[in-house]
Amino acid sequence: MIYGRRRIFVPLMMLLGFCFLYGPIVSLIVYSFNSSRLVTVWAGFSTHWYSELFHNDAILTAALLSLRIAAISATGALVLGTLAGFVLARYRRFHGRGLFGSMVTAPLVMPEVITGLSLLLLFVSLESIIGWPQGRGVLTILIAHMTFTLAFVAVVVEARLSAFDMSLEEAALDLGARPLKVFFVITLPLISPALVAGWLLAFTLSLDDLVITSFVSGPASTTLPMVIFSSVRLGVSPQINALATILVATVTVVVVIASRLMLTNEKRPPA
Amino acid sequence: MREGRAGRRAVIAIPYLWLLLFFMVPFAIVLKISFAETALGIPPFTPLIGPDDDGKTSLLASLANYRLIGDDFLYLRAYLNSLKFAAGATVCCLLIGYPLAYGIARAPRAWRGLLLMLVILPFWTSYLIRVYAWIGLLKGNGIINNLLIWAGLIGDPLPLLNNAFAVYLGLTYSYLPYMILPLYAQLEKLDPTLLEAAADLGCPPSRAFWNVTLPLSLPGIAAGCLLVFIPMVGEFVIPDLLGGPDTLMIGKVLWDEFFTNRDWPVASALAVSMLVLVVIPMALLRKHLGGGEAR
Amino acid sequence: MPLGGDGGAPYLRIEGVTKRFAGHAAVNNVSLDIGRGEFFALLGPSGCGKTTLLRMLAGFERPDAGAILIDGQDMAQVPPYLRPVNMMFQSYALFPHMTVASNVGFGLRQDKRPKDEIATRVSKVLDLVHMGRHAQRKPGQLSGGERQRVALARALVKEPKLLLLDEPMAALDRKLREETRFELVRIQNRVGITFIMVTHDQEEAMTTASRVAVMQSGNIVQVGTPREVYEQPATRFVADFIGAVNLFDGKVVEARDGAVSVIVEGLDVPIQAQGAPLAAGTAVSLAIRPEKIVLTAAKPEGASNLVQGVVREIAYRGDLSTYRIDLPSQKAVRATVPNIDRLAGPAVEVGQQAWLSWSVSAPVVLTQ
Repeated sequence: MIYGRRRIFVPLMMLLGFCFLYGPIVSLIVYSFNSSRLVTVWAGFSTHWYSELFHNDAILTAALLSLRIAAISATGALVLGTLAGFVLARYRRFHGRGLFGSMVTAPLVMPEVITGLSLLLLFVSLESIIGWPQGRGVLTILIAHMTFTLAFVAVVVEARLSAFDMSLEEAALDLGARPLKVFFVITLPLISPALVAGWLLAFTLSLDDLVITSFVSGPASTTLPMVIFSSVRLGVSPQINALATILVATVTVVVVIASRLMLTNEKRPPA
Repeated sequence: MREGRAGRRAVIAIPYLWLLLFFMVPFAIVLKISFAETALGIPPFTPLIGPDDDGKTSLLASLANYRLIGDDFLYLRAYLNSLKFAAGATVCCLLIGYPLAYGIARAPRAWRGLLLMLVILPFWTSYLIRVYAWIGLLKGNGIINNLLIWAGLIGDPLPLLNNAFAVYLGLTYSYLPYMILPLYAQLEKLDPTLLEAAADLGCPPSRAFWNVTLPLSLPGIAAGCLLVFIPMVGEFVIPDLLGGPDTLMIGKVLWDEFFTNRDWPVASALAVSMLVLVVIPMALLRKHLGGGEAR
Repeated sequence: MPLGGDGGAPYLRIEGVTKRFAGHAAVNNVSLDIGRGEFFALLGPSGCGKTTLLRMLAGFERPDAGAILIDGQDMAQVPPYLRPVNMMFQSYALFPHMTVASNVGFGLRQDKRPKDEIATRVSKVLDLVHMGRHAQRKPGQLSGGERQRVALARALVKEPKLLLLDEPMAALDRKLREETRFELVRIQNRVGITFIMVTHDQEEAMTTASRVAVMQSGNIVQVGTPREVYEQPATRFVADFIGAVNLFDGKVVEARDGAVSVIVEGLDVPIQAQGAPLAAGTAVSLAIRPEKIVLTAAKPEGASNLVQGVVREIAYRGDLSTYRIDLPSQKAVRATVPNIDRLAGPAVEVGQQAWLSWSVSAPVVLTQ
């Protein structure tokens, strides 16, 4: 269906587009194996920066904290977001549905500085009124991350549920399964690819977030992006390249596995 | 399916209350504090209701913060800059993203999943690190300049970093996947027999693109543009790391007011005006265009 | 066959059931009795309320008024998962993450039946639908026809008092559909469960069901055996919906001894028909099936109803040929002639004059 000039134009643009997307990442990885401290001058292969990275306590502590926060907040966001997605897909009419829909989707586009500032002011106000949460730290970061990532989970779950054949649930009811059982035996297994995707998405967003975290974190809770940011502000550092390489490798492996799993699930035709 | 009324109410109430408390109420507080005045202390602002100069309890709302934002050219310029950069980068995203999305949507079915994954993959890797990668590429003695000098194309390094060019580039790069996904979703839905029908009726492929494909992908274009434009306006990391003194954006000004000047009321007023001037109109526009599902 | 079963009370009684959606009555004050062991079809065009009625029997919709009694028990407060009713869904609704065997066993597991009992009953019912070999497959690995049979087995295995079938053959192609009809009847005879089928396909309803209810915009307009509904349609709608028909609008001019003369617009002679005594001047429609019209080139002797027209089209349909004849009034009439007759007798070709005649018993007099 592609004739003439477009037969060349579109593939060429795709090639350039993918180069644009991957060029910077490839350069990061290449120079993480550079022996020179100057990130941009090639001086031979070395894994020196990796060993240095593994002895950098500040980064390691922050990374562990970030992973912990990401795992907990993604799980919380999964529960809340699944509920929200379920409500959006199934409960067409209830009081305040319009507001609910906007509240769920707004965080997807809300500038992070606004979300961060407003959450911080909430925590400060709550503390002065009811004395909770005391100060800011892991708890406030968790709440903030759950709030902005639940939107992503909700959208993924809602999309899956909207494409879901309702007669599957009716069939289960018809065959004698009670509503709660239907949810756990039929609905949940069938939307599990969306749940996996939603959890991974929430996990990554949480692991990655700098702006909102900076607003709501306390002195004792420095996350990985905050460490990276302050180090990057001082200039490029090969250790960050090494860290980036590890992150990219991990993400690639996880995403490839997850999409493989999901693909095999998708191949089942919607009965 | 008919669950118990109580169960249904609980399913709605849990996320509803959570979002009310942690998403809506905070905006009300931002609005409130934007009318307060800066004070030394913790928290660093005056209460809105309290004793006035005569010692009577009264409402102490002050428009001083908004007056400051309106009067100081710095803020106005940051606003205009934000709109300019966001609009320019949105157009760049569209120009790069459309052929990509089109190519993926028209690729053989077996390839589409892989190509789409390749688009999403960078999005899963740390955003901060992807911005950081550009510093190494764009620096005065960075990879691109070194390459150009080595090739003998230029004598002195080009100023690529800490200017408007770098900000456009960073914004485009970071938000590109958000543009491609809705475009792809729309283009993939396009029935290829429509193009065959157009060809059959004597419309050459180049014109079929403008007359059939493009109009039918408008909802995807609208969704993609709004999805990248709004967060770009409030962007902080990119102007901070890649920008320079003349590329001030409102997100960075807000950050500096808050963290550097510790002026919470002015930061709040900036947030409110960003919401009122950009986010709310855009959100309404988005609803109006019905630009498909978010993401 | 009126009400089958043990005599006395009907097995399923639907009493004045009404269901409104956004103010519009999808099912309007419907009453219906169905006997034990019947194969009953709810027939009607899409949007006539037949599926809504079926979903109320299954318990997915709650009637706004009226009652549903199964074997004497009121179903009003019984949720779908406690009803002695199983449904075969139009989409089949097979659980894609379970094998054929566990799909079929799902309902028995909900009832906490012992494991070995489930195993025997599942394999028995799978054999009944000839799906025993595929017990360990997933629905995604089955063809459309195989999935249909699994869906049937899953609904049968609990031996429900009512088995509801929602357009059971809609997703099959034509040839398979015809085979499946006989298969359904065979299975129904074997298991003796009461089947209630929803369909928009009159041929499907006529060939499978022992009784048919024809529905139109939320109301049941006629209930009867397929023969009754076809031969004695109660209304113009039924006559038109089931099979092909020629409808003539006219007025009664004379009525005596169970026969009426009806003067029809554009025809010089009144049409003679059998029917209930109607007052002269009553507006009626006459429904005449195309196969009851005799088409001849020469004027037949002694026919009670006779008109002349010009043949405009002949459609060859294998066993039959359908003729379109224009009367002098420009009204088009359809007549079907078995091809054995057509090849034997003198041929009437397109453009030629032809005589149409029919007996007094052929037209059905309809007042609504």
